[in-house]
Amino acid sequence: MSSRALIMGRIRRALADTPRAADPAAEPVARDYRRTHGDLDSAEAARLLAENLADYRAVVHRCDRAGLPELIGSLLAERGARTVIVPEGLPESWLSATGAEPVPDLAEDTPRVLDARDSVVTGCALAIAETGTLVLDGGPGQGRRRITLVPDHHICVVRVPEQVVCSVPQALARLDPTRPLTWISGPSATSDIELDRVEGVHGPRRLEVILVQDGPPAKEPPPGE
Amino acid sequence: MVTEETSQEPPAFPAAAARAVRNPVLRANLRHATHTIRAKRAAAVAELSDWAELRAAGAAIKDHTLRHLDRYLERLETAVTAAGGQVHWAADAAEAGRIVTDLVRATGEREVVKVKSMATQEIELNEVLAEAGITAYETDLAELIVQLGEDRPSHILVPAIHRNRGEIRDIFRERMGRWGRPAPDGLTDSPAELAEAARLHLREKFLRAKVAISGANFMVAETGTLVVVESEGNGRMCLTLPETLISVVGIEKTVPDWRDLEVFLQLLPRSSTAERMNPYTSMWTGTSDRDGPRTFHLVLLDNGRTDALADPVGRQALRCIRCSACLNVCPVYERAGGHAYGSAYPGPIGAVLTPQLRGTGTPVDASLPYASSLCGACYEVCPVAIDIPRILVHLRERVVEGGPASVRGSRVVIKPARGHAAERAAMRAARWALDHPGVLRAGQRLAARTRRLHPDRLPGPGRAWTDSRALPAVPAESFRDWWQRTRGEAGAPGSGRTPDTGRGTA
Repeated sequence: MSSRALIMGRIRRALADTPRAADPAAEPVARDYRRTHGDLDSAEAARLLAENLADYRAVVHRCDRAGLPELIGSLLAERGARTVIVPEGLPESWLSATGAEPVPDLAEDTPRVLDARDSVVTGCALAIAETGTLVLDGGPGQGRRRITLVPDHHICVVRVPEQVVCSVPQALARLDPTRPLTWISGPSATSDIELDRVEGVHGPRRLEVILVQDGPPAKEPPPGE
Repeated sequence: MVTEETSQEPPAFPAAAARAVRNPVLRANLRHATHTIRAKRAAAVAELSDWAELRAAGAAIKDHTLRHLDRYLERLETAVTAAGGQVHWAADAAEAGRIVTDLVRATGEREVVKVKSMATQEIELNEVLAEAGITAYETDLAELIVQLGEDRPSHILVPAIHRNRGEIRDIFRERMGRWGRPAPDGLTDSPAELAEAARLHLREKFLRAKVAISGANFMVAETGTLVVVESEGNGRMCLTLPETLISVVGIEKTVPDWRDLEVFLQLLPRSSTAERMNPYTSMWTGTSDRDGPRTFHLVLLDNGRTDALADPVGRQALRCIRCSACLNVCPVYERAGGHAYGSAYPGPIGAVLTPQLRGTGTPVDASLPYASSLCGACYEVCPVAIDIPRILVHLRERVVEGGPASVRGSRVVIKPARGHAAERAAMRAARWALDHPGVLRAGQRLAARTRRLHPDRLPGPGRAWTDSRALPAVPAESFRDWWQRTRGEAGAPGSGRTPDTGRGTA
């Protein structure tokens, strides 16, 4: 007998005395939990996202669409980045004001090549306000999973308000499970030494998030620091 | 060596715990770490007003999945295969070890990188691979500390919780060089520097790795998606950079639908590391053309899980999402530490899971249901509402009384354990006395009359029980005699007083 048949047989014997419907869908599970926590408008959601990202040591910036290239340029310069990985489909204008050399993510590049890159700039699929989470799905402007992992500096652009959802249930409903997904909540961290949180292990140790507001300029001026 | 430690039969819990509680460094380390996380978890949970509803839904989804596990596993297999993965089935640890060894050999590689995984701990995969000449590098910081220190894990989330920062620094300084890049000169015990040392040490391994081995926190039957929840990025490295990925996952990790993740991704991080969300979560469905491993193998592991499933009381332990909240609140775990539990699963959940996965045949497994004061804190914090105290009592009954159980998929009748003969005799005597009111009355009067002569401690086999407890004093008059004397006629049944009044004054 194959192990598959063996295990299936064991399961059916184990459940022999358990009443169950022929179709599991006939036994729905009660879901009395909330879809979101609090009734946030889009400005409040963006504020909560920024707050929660910062709470887990991501560095958050805000700007309008016109100010984005300049802000990205200054963040890369501040970091001293000489090379920046550019995923396919990233709007060209985003890197129009940077001095760092833009390099594509080529299939033949080994992880060692990526390890020599200084920074990476990406967009995202969406961001979750309640948990301070960015989700990347490999779509345009996001690239392969490895480019946001190996370099030590990641700049992620979130379009406000359309890419911000309030809660985890709202996020899952908008995501496509067939794509490889990476959920990022702050820079890499560990609690492995005395159960105390320390930031900065294997992933990028500096995570900068730019909340870019379409239309009218953002309330705060783009930080030039 | 690690292999020596694990191949010996571990001692029963009381003996191992007695040794552990005499180690003041261990006790201080555990106390510090568990107390740090307790308050943080409570705060993270308090942020969600619907925690009780999420917890109920989490339990209900898991129960539903278990009730239809055969159907959901079929669905999962179909979805993973359709997405380009290959599914293997392992009835026990030995078979899982053989499957993984063969898969690694087929790649021609002699090294693998590993993401922390309870299932591969449980089946002692590293030891199996080592025998086949394959080196497995643990990449989780705590697992690295354990591996370098030739030690055993003692906590589900933080396997090196028994080590403090000074001990970790010493291990890194002495041992890192033997496994690869040595620790930086002048390494101090600051956690940030220790994390940096691990980053440098492991990076060269990530960059050259061709094969990775992982577990998974969840598998979605509907879509074939696997989920790994982590903090450091070592998981992402292993899941993304190598060409071949082998995931070994217990069959109970299945959830039916994509949507079900909305419950568990809220319950798990807050219960586990007390975070709103853990830093990194990876989700993958089979293989992708241009992103990540080109070959993906999923090894579905039984290894006793179907035996647990056969037990109507015990099966709820299979809901466990390995958050470790129950360890962090347990007064017994806090003092005894994880090694005393003698398996990959320490703490309250280990005390109910291990005797179900492995049976109660060895001294340590038969002693685990007793490794608890039944205070109930574990049940309170469990994000999927596993009634651990109830299962503990149920398993104690199985150890003492024996009875029907499932072993390797076959129904058997377990014999009562030898060590509990005195307890069984005492219980039989008590049942007989309570069934015979005359005997009970005579016995109580005799005990009351001789009360000044009673010793402080029990003789014979009861002696150990009174090592740390005082025997209750026998009153001068039994309750039944007092009742009879003070309101005997009036309180007697059929005396004309209403039963309600009688009960009220009693």
